[in-house]
Order: sequence, then C-alpha cells, then structure tokens
Amino acid sequence: MKSWLSHQSRALTGTLRKLVRSPLSTLFNVTVLGIALALPAALYVGLVNVQNAARAAAPEPQLTVFLALDATRPEVREIDSRLKKHDEVASLRFVSREQALEEMKRASGMAGIAEGLAQNPLPDAFVVDSRSAAPAALDRLRTEISGWPKVASVQLDTQWAQRLGALLELGRVGLLLLATLLAFALVAVTFNTIRLQILTQREEIEVATLIGATAAFIRRPFLYYGALLGLLGGAAACLLVWVALAVLNGALADLSYFYGARWELRYLAFADALSVLAFAAALGWLGAWLSVGRHLADVRPM
Amino acid sequence: MIALSGVTKRYPGGREALCDVTLQVPEGEMVFLMGHSGAGKSTLLKLIAGIERPTRGSVVVNGQNVGALRARALPFLRRNFGLVFQDHKLLYDRNVFENVLLPLDILGYDRREAARRVRAALDKVGLLPHEKSMPIAMSGGEQQRLCIARAIVHRPAILLADEPTGNLDAAYAAEIGELFRSFNQVGATVVIATHDVQLAESLAPRLLTLASGRIGGDGAAGVTRTGEAPGETTAVGTVGSTRAGGAAGLTRAGGAADSTRAAGAADSTRAAGAAGSTRADGAAPAA
Repeated sequence: MKSWLSHQSRALTGTLRKLVRSPLSTLFNVTVLGIALALPAALYVGLVNVQNAARAAAPEPQLTVFLALDATRPEVREIDSRLKKHDEVASLRFVSREQALEEMKRASGMAGIAEGLAQNPLPDAFVVDSRSAAPAALDRLRTEISGWPKVASVQLDTQWAQRLGALLELGRVGLLLLATLLAFALVAVTFNTIRLQILTQREEIEVATLIGATAAFIRRPFLYYGALLGLLGGAAACLLVWVALAVLNGALADLSYFYGARWELRYLAFADALSVLAFAAALGWLGAWLSVGRHLADVRPM
Repeated sequence: MIALSGVTKRYPGGREALCDVTLQVPEGEMVFLMGHSGAGKSTLLKLIAGIERPTRGSVVVNGQNVGALRARALPFLRRNFGLVFQDHKLLYDRNVFENVLLPLDILGYDRREAARRVRAALDKVGLLPHEKSMPIAMSGGEQQRLCIARAIVHRPAILLADEPTGNLDAAYAAEIGELFRSFNQVGATVVIATHDVQLAESLAPRLLTLASGRIGGDGAAGVTRTGEAPGETTAVGTVGSTRAGGAAGLTRAGGAADSTRAAGAADSTRAAGAAGSTRADGAAPAA
C-alpha cells in the first residue's frame, strides 16, 4: 500500500516536472484543450442565462376563462362562485365585456376599430391564478373549466414559455452534440501528445522495462500526464469563459444603464466549473490510456 | 541457480546465435563467458534475463522457466537481476543520481532509503562526487561505472554484465573486477560476458568459452587460458575458488566441497549480504 502510494505520488511529481520542463508545448496544448472545452462551456452558460431571463420575464401562470357571449348575469355569478370554491384556484379577477372594450379603446391603434363596431364583440372573462404552476396541473384545470356551461374557451398564458422551453431543449441537444464532438477532439489531442511523448521517451521505457518495471509502472506517468493536461485544459476553459463573461458584462452594464435596468450575465456555477474540470481530466486520461495501449507495445522490448 | 538445457537461439533471418547450449550456474558462483564477438555471449545473457526467448530448449532461473514466463510475470523475474549493458543504456536527460535511482523507483523504495542506497552504490564505483553530473558529460569509463552502480543499487541476487570493462583502461578494469568480486563475495551470482583475459586472470572465476554458439570449454581461469587439455577443463568446476582467494584449478573434489558450501550458502550469504549492506550504508553519511 505504502509503495503503491509512493509510486503514485512519484508519478505525479514526475509528471508535473515534465509539464514545467517544456513550458511552451504545455502552454500550446493547454490552450488547444482550453478552447475546445470553452466552446461547449460558453454555450452552456448562455443557455443557463436565457433560462434565467425567461423565468424572470414570465408572469405567474394564468388562465383566462372566456365566457359565451350569451351568458347572463346570474350565469356569470354562478361561474364566479364555482371558481372561488375550486381548490386549485388561488385568486381570480373578473373582467366584464364593457371593461374589456374600454381597455381596447384605450390601447393605441385599436381606438378606431372599437369606435366602428356596432356592438361589443368581447365576452366576459375571468383571469384565474392557479395554485400550482406545474404544466400538468394547469392543463387539468383548463380542461375541467372548459367543460363548464357557458364557458366558451380557456386560454393558458404559459404557452409562450412552453415554446421557449422547447427551444431551450433544442439548444441543450445542440450543446450535447457539440460537447461530444469536442470531447473527441480532446481525446485526440491527448492521444497524439502522449504518442509523441512515448516516442521521445523510448529509451527510458526500454531501460525501465529491462530492469523490471511493470507495464503499470511504465503506463502510470503517461496516464497522469493525460489527466493533468485535461485538467489544465478544463481550467483554461473556465478561465476563458469567465473572461468572456466579464467583458460581456462590462458592455451589458452600459447598455442596461440606458434602459434604467440592471442586467448581468451569470458566471459558470462552482459545481459546473468542477464538473468541467472532472470531465476534462477524465477525457485526458482516456486519451492517454488509448494512446499508451496502442503505442507502448511498439516501443517496449519484450 | 541458472540452468540452460539444450538451448538454441535462431534470430529471424536464420542466423543461429546459440546452438544446443547446456550449462548450470549454481547460486553464488562467478562465471565468465569468454569468446570472440559474435560467439553468442550477449545472446546468452539476454536469454537468461528474459530479453530474448530461446528458439528451442529451456532457460530456468530460480526455478522459473524464463522462456515460458508470461509477460506479466517477466518484470518480477527481472528484479532478481542487475544488468550491465554493453552500450550502458543510460538516460541522458537525467543526472547521475537519478539514473541510479531508477531501479529503486521501480521497486517503490522510500525516498530517503533510496537516496542512501544510491549514494552507497555511487560510492562503490567512485562516482559519488559526480552525483549531480549529467552522463553525457562523462567519459566512457565513468559511464560504464555508472551503469554498474545502477545494476547493483538494488542488490540483485544475480548480476549479468555484458563487456563491463570494454571501455576501461587496465587500472579501472581491475577496480571494476574487484567490485564484481566483492559483490560475488556477499553471495551474488555473477555472470560476465567479456573477452578481457586479464580480468579473467585476476579474478580466476569459472570460465565458459563460447565459440560460434556452442560451449567450447568450461573450467577455471588459467586452465582454459593455456587451453591445451580440453579434457581437463571439463573436469573442473571452481565456484568457490574466487571466494577462497583465487586458487584456480580445483578438481572435482573441490567442486564437491563447493556444492556442500553452496547448499549452506543461502543463509550464510544472506548474512554476509546484510553485513555488506551496513558497511555500504555506513559509508554514505561519511561521504
């Protein structure tokens, strides 16, 4: 156990030394990996920000219940009391057809149309706040109320939010595809880097094998190198995304000042940054593992 | 214990490096493989170390059939050996200290203990003042001694050396010879492939002569060198002569005495090895 630990720590320090010894190639490798990882990470941050903005802009989910044009006063009162008694209804507001017409007249551009109407074409309506915001519950409520007498139609005001949600889902699928593609790129980059290393360290591998090194001993520093390279690439990606967001936020601060609001893009969450690092390290390790498996046999003596 | 029986090695292309070689090297013996270059000396060492596999026949080291060993088991067999290569096989991107450290790294030694052993090994070959030097800046002789330090640093049971004095002048060669002798005296089996007759004469080990892949002679130094009575040479097997102080030319009777000693050797040599190690370690702080 102790010798296992010392093997691990020695491989790690040896790998770090190797990274430091060739700073330029390390820098370039890390930059390539960083950019490859920064693309999906930035897209992810963008999605999160759009989602947050949508949540902030969306009102509480509301149902608008339009009554039939021929509904009489008592019938309207009947529906009013039924809605008030309903468990799912949090609050409600009655908008009479006269009120609706007034509002329409006040709305710019519509005044002329409203004036020209022979009679009021608008129905009475209730604006209902649901207790639950879950789409399924809202949908249930909508179909239930639609079935009541003298109810012409029930409109769910969250439809645009659902459409946005679908759009974001599309974005997420795109993100997944991009991430997969760039994960391959990352594996390929480490694969090649490790291949070159194996070739330059031919002699070392040969000698170590001749004096009793196990395959695991030979493999270990390369695996560490791949994982560390991935980790550094992940860190570079986080840094790139952070810098880009900082720049964008600076520009956004000016813009939002003129609108009298405060808009700010969110940074990569700590947990997300950690998973980027872990993912990158794992991919680096995988690339190294594939490379070592493929190339070590060419170099090692029997 | 190294035992070869009926070993033939044919390289791709048809060249036969060894042909039907049978020999035994008991534990604690010192053997010189003599012969012209191309006689198969290096091949024989490679077969023992598991670097090559025999085309026919078997190579058995410490009860393990080297030729049939699985790749996974090979590293553990190799840890019994200290290898001195003809071309040194030093790592030129590491300094002297780090080169000698490599075998201990592989074995997973504790840092401080490893450093002590490395310094002890470097002290033995007289390279302690150069521990920070890079091998590329060293002379051929120094590189050779560095290679020897790396071979003995983990105190292997068997030392295999291919032309260890090839690049050394006579004075250094004698020193290296003494090094091998002292190593042999603490119980290690030593097999040296060389054509350095002077070295063989001064150490008076058992001599095995190879000629075009076949064993041409087996006997003590001095006997084969005069080489006039091949019948006589087969009757000789002087293992202990080196230890007894270089009395070359013991007869079979001597060999018998040897084998009894060899039987007891396991313990006594181990004790001697321990004594040697404390001595070696004691030297480190003084340096």
